[in-house]
Amino acid sequence: MRIGVVTFPGSLDDRDAQRAVRLAGAEPVALWHGEHDLHGVDALVLPGGFSYGDYLRAGAIASLSPIMAEVIDAANKGMPVLGICNGFQMLAEAHLLEGGLIRNDHGRFICRDQKLRIENNATDWTSGFSAGQEITIPLKNGEGGFTASAETIARLEGEGRVVARYLEVNPNGSLNDIAGVSNSRGNVVGLMPHPEHAVEAGFGPDTSDAMRSGVDGLTFFASVIERALVSR
Amino acid sequence: MPTIVVEVMPKAELLDPQGKAVAGALGRLGKTRFSGVRVGKRFEITVDGHVDDAVLAEVQELADTVLSNSVIEDVVGIHVLEAPAGETH
Repeated sequence: MRIGVVTFPGSLDDRDAQRAVRLAGAEPVALWHGEHDLHGVDALVLPGGFSYGDYLRAGAIASLSPIMAEVIDAANKGMPVLGICNGFQMLAEAHLLEGGLIRNDHGRFICRDQKLRIENNATDWTSGFSAGQEITIPLKNGEGGFTASAETIARLEGEGRVVARYLEVNPNGSLNDIAGVSNSRGNVVGLMPHPEHAVEAGFGPDTSDAMRSGVDGLTFFASVIERALVSR
Repeated sequence: MPTIVVEVMPKAELLDPQGKAVAGALGRLGKTRFSGVRVGKRFEITVDGHVDDAVLAEVQELADTVLSNSVIEDVVGIHVLEAPAGETH
């Protein structure tokens, strides 16, 4: 399986996402925002960072990049797309996901290992988790407050489209502790925390077993690979 | 050259952490008569040629689709700047 990782001006975690894809067992394909070409990939990751310096709104200018025409078309045809942090903001700006991300309610940038509960393990990116599984992956954002109208929140909750929820601490003022959402088909997922930073022992969050041994993020990438193998 | 001003504000019902931080600073300065601050954006768009209804309609569309995100913001004003600052005719 080939998974494309799109690099935008200001992307920071594109290499980490490529590495996560490789460690999960797929071939990472570096894609460039300025091209109109997905190079035949089977799935896509929009990585974290500060595309265009968060000018205008986080993810807004990147969502208008040339390659986004192909990303939106592929997503609407069912290609798995994962947006992480700034990538989540891009998916929201591109209207592939509902809701929006605003500045953290406390006004500060936050960086911590964050406990989450997987609320929907039926999406392309979460099928390897058990329902309600609790995981810990890093979170780092300044504008991670998930917001939407009360009607949209009710619909997302009612349709099971809240993919992950913050546990113990709401780190950024997100409504209903929402850390990630999906589209109705479950192929497009946006996550504010960073699974690609918890994929290799020695470099992940601390666990009760050992320092830096957390690899809970790997399952997001393994899920999409597993699903591709099953559907083949 | 004429300039069109577009003003965008965070939605009234949403938390505006930036405005809250500024309001907090005003309070620390002892400016107690000001009870709230909200921070928005002002865009100044310079137009080649003169401004007609078609240009204004195009700016309105840009304001709604690019300059603002209707999930979190409202376009609160669009107007043509009569005498742009620093420009002489």
